Amino acid sequence: MPTSASPSFHAPGDAARHELLQSVVDVARAIFGAAASSVCLLDEEADELVFQAVSGEGEAFLVGRRFPAGRGIAGWVATSGEPMVVDDLSRNASFDRSLAESTEYVPDALMAAPLISESRVLGVLEVLDPSPQARSGVRELDLLAMFARQAAAALRVLTPHAAATGGRGLEGERREDALQLLGSLERLLRGTG
Amino acid sequence: MGTVGTGTVPGQGLTWSLRGRGPDDVPVPADEGPPGGLPARQATGRGVRVCVVDSGVELDHPLVGPVESSWVVVKDPESGAVTVEPTDTGDTCGHGTACAGIIRRTAPDCEIHSVRVLGERFSGTGEVLMAGLRWAVEQRFDVVNLSLSTTRARFAPELHGLADRAYFGRTVIVASAHNTPVESYPWRFASVISVGSHQEDDELHLYNPQPPVEFFGPGQNVSVPWLGGRTIRTTGNSFATPYVAGLCARVLSGHPRMTAFQLKNALYLSAANVHADPRPSTAAGDTRDDSEN
Repeated sequence: MPTSASPSFHAPGDAARHELLQSVVDVARAIFGAAASSVCLLDEEADELVFQAVSGEGEAFLVGRRFPAGRGIAGWVATSGEPMVVDDLSRNASFDRSLAESTEYVPDALMAAPLISESRVLGVLEVLDPSPQARSGVRELDLLAMFARQAAAALRVLTPHAAATGGRGLEGERREDALQLLGSLERLLRGTG
Repeated sequence: MGTVGTGTVPGQGLTWSLRGRGPDDVPVPADEGPPGGLPARQATGRGVRVCVVDSGVELDHPLVGPVESSWVVVKDPESGAVTVEPTDTGDTCGHGTACAGIIRRTAPDCEIHSVRVLGERFSGTGEVLMAGLRWAVEQRFDVVNLSLSTTRARFAPELHGLADRAYFGRTVIVASAHNTPVESYPWRFASVISVGSHQEDDELHLYNPQPPVEFFGPGQNVSVPWLGGRTIRTTGNSFATPYVAGLCARVLSGHPRMTAFQLKNALYLSAANVHADPRPSTAAGDTRDDSEN
């Protein structure tokens, strides 16, 4: 069972990082017309993935929850460094139900991509129940992977020394750079850039 | 220092050239053609040992069938020692089960073995992958399905050596190209059979005239077995790869003496986009009657 931990966004840099990650999941959810999106970051020391930002289903209670880094689809994505798209999950009730039920939401479809920066996996971006038009294809897999890569780059700009967990973020110009990068990506993906 | 003696004599050890021996000294028994010129019997993978190096394979999944042996690579967090041990833990994710199921439906009578290299700890993944692949090559499996790769360049030289060793040892490594345009290994090496996805609905394979990815298999919206004895649909190069691995098992069951390069040629010749066109005339081979000139 995942364990709970309180989200800890105390330092100013943490607030900026939270703002960035929340923006990432909000945009991911919008791009794919999804019921939810989340970012889990890797805590290598504990060998766990930690929910850092959630948009949609689970937004109220998932942040801070932890689960084993090698487990389930997110675990495979984190350890393999590859994106993954699966469909028909709930119809078959077949994937890691204990994990899914602990999040109080069992999706029918799930897309997940690693957050990779400079060959290092920082965490996993997940999109739950994307609209039927936005799932299962190679193009969607590519789009999610590209978006996750941009998000990881932004995250690294914001917290260059410890992007995954516990890092202190930068203020001022570099924070603005990161948020601008994400904003431009959002416009590009929405076709309004 | 004096001369370095390797002990290499004709017929033993490294063979840098053929000296003192002739063709009769190096006979190579090849596969016979079908008897009486009849069509070859249906090749189902029978007698071919396939190893899935992945997240494990669920035991007793109806769409996977028998799993002949299951192993896991374990890294001791204290000593750092990496060992391969028997396991009954099945699959930690579903990915390996999906790959095994695609192999089973492509080559229904092959032997499937599993070595789990994911699902223990996050750290040391590259090392564990290396150990699992090395173990599979040492076991001399006929086909190794590797729907994984590593982006860590420090593993590339050892992986390259291992891929070459497998190639010469008649273990065919069928390796997924990464799903995103990044450098990763071992699919980049010519000694493996590398696979990416096409977007056709039909179960067919294509040869890529512009490698490094050499073949494409069905990898979009593929129905696959998953945890709990069930089925899902999924997408990615991961799932195109076991289709090609299954094809390899089928070809090898019909032609068990094939080398890795012959197998690659068989895939090339049977690819849906490879056609024999009439040879274009050339200056040297032009047979037109131009006696008027």
